[in-house]
Amino acid sequence: MEELISINNLSFGYGESTLHKNINMKFSRGKVSAIMGGSGCGKTTILKLIAGQLQPKSGEIVVDGQVVHDQGREGIYNIRRKMGMLFQHGALFTDLNVFDNVAFPMREHTNLPENMIKDLVLLKLNAVGLRGAQKKMPSELSGGMSRRVALARAIALDPDIIMYDEPFAGLDPISMAVICDLIRSLNDALGATSIIVTHDVAETFSFADYIYFLADGEVAAEGSPKQLLASKLPFVRQFIHSEKDGPVPFHVDAPTYGVDLQL
Amino acid sequence: MNNLLNIIAGLGSSFRSKMIRLGAGTRLFFLIIIYSADSFKRIGLTIREIYFTGVLSLVIIVVSAFFVGMVLGLQGYYTLEKYGSSEAIGVLVALALVRELGPVVTALLFAGRAGTAITAEIGLMKATEQLSAMEVMAVSPIARIIAPRFWAGMISMPILATIFSMVGILGGYFIAVLVIGVDEGAFWSQMQANVDFSNDIVDGAIKSIVFGFACTIIALFEGFDAPPTAEGVSRATTRTVVISSLAVLGLDFILTSFMFV
Repeated sequence: MEELISINNLSFGYGESTLHKNINMKFSRGKVSAIMGGSGCGKTTILKLIAGQLQPKSGEIVVDGQVVHDQGREGIYNIRRKMGMLFQHGALFTDLNVFDNVAFPMREHTNLPENMIKDLVLLKLNAVGLRGAQKKMPSELSGGMSRRVALARAIALDPDIIMYDEPFAGLDPISMAVICDLIRSLNDALGATSIIVTHDVAETFSFADYIYFLADGEVAAEGSPKQLLASKLPFVRQFIHSEKDGPVPFHVDAPTYGVDLQL
Repeated sequence: MNNLLNIIAGLGSSFRSKMIRLGAGTRLFFLIIIYSADSFKRIGLTIREIYFTGVLSLVIIVVSAFFVGMVLGLQGYYTLEKYGSSEAIGVLVALALVRELGPVVTALLFAGRAGTAITAEIGLMKATEQLSAMEVMAVSPIARIIAPRFWAGMISMPILATIFSMVGILGGYFIAVLVIGVDEGAFWSQMQANVDFSNDIVDGAIKSIVFGFACTIIALFEGFDAPPTAEGVSRATTRTVVISSLAVLGLDFILTSFMFV
């Protein structure tokens, strides 16, 4: 299998602290991969590192044969033109309507005539089922709809890589099923490589090709959904079966109860 | 002893953090200059911002100017009348407005009306990841968002200050000539004779350009630097008004001491 993105021995942290230690990941061309883990374990940070918005402390991230953080500003922008990213809450431009939001990357990066942009935008909006909402402003959309518009914008320039940051967070079951279906079908239709950052077990296991589990800044487990379901690792079992206590404790580190109550 | 050391350390650290912010603000200014060429390729963006910062500020500027002019007319008349020189009211109103009140009051209103809007808008764009989204789309937020607002502020502020002075003079005219009955010919001719173009009007214009720069760059920096939370944006908006007002008054003193003394 050919890798489009590989993360080699990556370490990252803000200031003195360390968030990731020695992480290795490979994302194969044409596949949907997921990065899972508890809240605050640095899943989204990995997406930002891949997009070159953050600098690793050590190790490297290679996208399509190029080391991301060795590039100058132009180089990073060239790599980013191959990427589409769906942000957690959509991050639509609130001063532009749905149509102009999707047209934004095309108008910025191509010299296409306006009537061709119109055709392309309608095509993308149709793919996410929102051609009828093209005149609406982002404030008039529901959470699920704005995420679909953001998805249409992310695929506006037919990217090789599509990254999703918590695509299911805060969605009702219907919208969630719609987004699941879109991620899979867009990935296959565009021949893209998708990376999903999420903590929704059921949805992710239903359609992802490969899954990485992050815990304590390291890759705790990896494999296909089938392999992970059969995994005996305590952390993976706790996560998949949503058990309250286990390797991830219910209580945050604290002195004994007696000390806090001054007994 | 320890307390004293803590106080000194606290002063030092707050001075240091202010210097770091000043440096970051200067860096933002240079980035704006570098990205301005990119931004001018889409001149529509700047024109749109001129509409939001300049045209939409017109109402507050015109209304305030008229009242300031009327108050100047009243106060000036009662004082000048004691010395029997009430015809000089035109000069007094015009000089007060063109040299000081026009640029200063406009800048204070501008910081409150347009500056806060800029800070809150950019801060919220940051909080809702719109700036991040733009970065990932390989579009520079400096060129697309920051630079157009900077140039819009730089262009709007001197024009607003000019309008303020003009409307203020009309307010003074309304009170002095139409209400009190000062001789109209004396009102205008004294003004014409005593307001100097290069000393008074140009110096006033220079002030308004400097204030426009200060207010706009402070509003932009505070928004760009705001922590992406509700509290962060609200504090940044407050800081925009406080710092802009202090900067305008401080700069006004410095400029006045060079220009008119």
